[in-house]
Amino acid sequence: MYTNLDNDLSHPHLHLWDVLVIGAGNAGLCAAITAAEAGCSVLVIEVAGRDMRGGNTRHTRNLRAMHEEPTDVLTDAYSFEEYYDDLMRVTRGITNEKLASLTLEKSAELTSWLGARGVRFQPALSGTLNLGRTNAFFLGGGRALLNSLCRHAEGLGVGFLYEAEVTTLRMEDGYCDGVTLADGRELQAKKVITTAGGFEANLDWLAEGWGEAARNFLVRGTPHNTGTVLRSLLDHGARPVGALDQCHAVAIDARAPKFDGGIASRIDGVPFGIVLNRDAERFYDEGEDFWPKRYAIWGRLVAAQPDQIAYAILDSVGVDRFMPSVFTPIREDSIEGLAAKLELDPAATRAAVDAFNAACPPGPIDQSVLDGCGTSGLSPEKTNWAAPIAKPPFYGFPLRPGITFTYMGVEVNESAQILMQDGRPSANLFAAGEIMAGNVLGQGYLAGIGMTIGAVFGRIAGAEAARQLNRG
Amino acid sequence: MDDLNLARLASAESHEETARIMQICNACRYCEGFCAVFPAMERRRLFDVGDTAFLANLCHHCGACYHACQYAPPHEFAVNVPHTLAERRAASWREFAWPGPLAGLFDRNGLVVAMATTIGLALAIGLMLAMIAPHLFWGVHLGEGAFYVLMPHTVMAGIPLGISAFVILSFIIGWRRYWRATGARWGGLPALSDALRATATMRNLGGDNSGNGGGCPGADDRGSLARRHYHHLTFYGFMLCFAATSTGTLYHYVLGREAPYGYFELPVVLGTVGGVMLCVGTAGLWREKRRMEPAVRPLSRLGMDYAFIWLLFWVSATGLILLAVRETGFMGLALAVHLGVVYAFFLVLPFSKFVHAIYRFAALLADAGEARRSAM
Repeated sequence: MYTNLDNDLSHPHLHLWDVLVIGAGNAGLCAAITAAEAGCSVLVIEVAGRDMRGGNTRHTRNLRAMHEEPTDVLTDAYSFEEYYDDLMRVTRGITNEKLASLTLEKSAELTSWLGARGVRFQPALSGTLNLGRTNAFFLGGGRALLNSLCRHAEGLGVGFLYEAEVTTLRMEDGYCDGVTLADGRELQAKKVITTAGGFEANLDWLAEGWGEAARNFLVRGTPHNTGTVLRSLLDHGARPVGALDQCHAVAIDARAPKFDGGIASRIDGVPFGIVLNRDAERFYDEGEDFWPKRYAIWGRLVAAQPDQIAYAILDSVGVDRFMPSVFTPIREDSIEGLAAKLELDPAATRAAVDAFNAACPPGPIDQSVLDGCGTSGLSPEKTNWAAPIAKPPFYGFPLRPGITFTYMGVEVNESAQILMQDGRPSANLFAAGEIMAGNVLGQGYLAGIGMTIGAVFGRIAGAEAARQLNRG
Repeated sequence: MDDLNLARLASAESHEETARIMQICNACRYCEGFCAVFPAMERRRLFDVGDTAFLANLCHHCGACYHACQYAPPHEFAVNVPHTLAERRAASWREFAWPGPLAGLFDRNGLVVAMATTIGLALAIGLMLAMIAPHLFWGVHLGEGAFYVLMPHTVMAGIPLGISAFVILSFIIGWRRYWRATGARWGGLPALSDALRATATMRNLGGDNSGNGGGCPGADDRGSLARRHYHHLTFYGFMLCFAATSTGTLYHYVLGREAPYGYFELPVVLGTVGGVMLCVGTAGLWREKRRMEPAVRPLSRLGMDYAFIWLLFWVSATGLILLAVRETGFMGLALAVHLGVVYAFFLVLPFSKFVHAIYRFAALLADAGEARRSAM
């Protein structure tokens, strides 16, 4: 094992590292730990400082894992077939079936592998979300997982270089002999594992797929995912995978910060009110399905509205039906007053609410089931949980598209090797995590599968790099 | 602005910051597995002054949620739950304190404890010298009643007994004020049993409310159960010393036997074991507190924490010293110092860190009731 760490961390560019890992998120740490455990000298390069390390892993909470029987952290069973069906349903078949199967099979080992490296999970059957069967929840969330994995990696002698931005991969003919940092330093390595995330924080790049609408997107995760490493890979002939405009985007509170708002900025109230666009018009069925199954389409829906803004409007009954939000809703005693505060046309808002109320069926709604209490005669209809917005005070949430991550990345094979334009694997470049998640997720999303892909391919990349170096 | 208004301002500020942070936490909830604070938060949508006081006193200040927080500084949300709740907690103790005009003693608490110790020592030594012939102070006294050669039992025990009446009254009124302000409700015997168990096991000081926690952060984000273990030593050591005093009282009044008792008699064994546990426990707690992540330590309250820890340490250490020298000419001095520190301990009790035991238990009891009602 590599030991003379302090020396080389002050001069990391003077050392020929066995493995360079770009990015200290979940995928990068799984790769670094696996390679270090096999005896490689490993340096992790992280663009953020220690406090904000780990990219979007900071904001995650769980991973989705196959299991045949109950475990200490997962209830019941979640078979390969069911997992696979779920994945096919959300991606509509846009996936690399080999890599998808590999991900699902390997997901079964993750909780015990991570647990053995210090990651703690919430016990099964606890918590607010009813995902205890399919998803294992990190105790304290993604940042706690990062702390545990970083500490474990440090114990193995893995070096960490914080506040170091990789600007280019020095590549020739599919071989990468190292990377260049923003400060001009050049690092040399035998193997390079790229786990640098997507490009969702790069609004210019997003605009290539989304047009100018992208300027109004809020970025839910790290501001550092600007896609510099992905761009460098593509420029040097790596084969892209996934569509430029495919991403995970939800409707979040428009008052959230431009970057890093994370989970807390989400709004769960859509099914219990109506959503108007800038012109005070409804544009989609708010009650189409349970929110956990629909929230991920609302980012796109709002993105398609003028100025990429929308407003959820509820009354005092509806506002208590969902989890509290990080920003206090805007509150007024009259619809017109609320509209004015939201900068909507008061008369048009009144008309939209009146039309909706008149189309609601009599009788109470039942939010625990798809209750079929739908409107009649509206366009679009609201098909479930349609209750009049009648009891003041009234509440409004401004909504914007909040982009979580992008899907376009680099194509890889089962050994996490990056494929070049001619279809051959790179001699020494690997990818794991969001930068290659598009291989498995062509579109759609399954909660927690991003972390699963990252951990599975991180481990594969670390093991394959070590194997090629005849370690382990 | 006078002190009272400053205190009110501090209360209002600590409440508002707690409410701000709890609104963020309640929309995130990633920390719900850590301790009782987060499930209790999830049972609320809005946080009034009573709610923030309740949650603050439920917090054991382990710091796990700070290290795990995606919104901790330098994030612009600047969430620091342990620090914020510590400020709120300290402010709440001032709000509930009785007699109210003395609540200012919670501020500059290190100085207050130092002064109380001086007063206690002066009282013990002064009384002793006033009541006995000076040569007796340095004399060797053996056998039953040896201590009472230096100070009559009625005086020695009467002073803390008198202070105790005041202390107990203060605790009862504080508890009632807290209970009302937080809107707490009695949850029945099952809830009492839950609260007692949580107190006995310190399950919330383990970084994991499943009860088999991997520990809370010490010097860094690494989990450690050291604070729980040192607290156990302190808590159970204190209880043993309390038992020692109680059995001593029984020996005195029921069996009609006067102290000092033999090394292997119950009051001495209990006191010795308890005293050693207290010394080790308090020293350990002090060390752990010093090692805490600076961002989490309640800097403005450290004086109070350290003062109480050291006072407890010296109560037990001087007791052990007395035991060691009681058959020598230093017995008088050792007894005077021990009594002085004990008097000081009783004097400052309602305005020291000790009150955390009262409000923490009240919070655990209220929480257990709430949790049981919401599970039904």
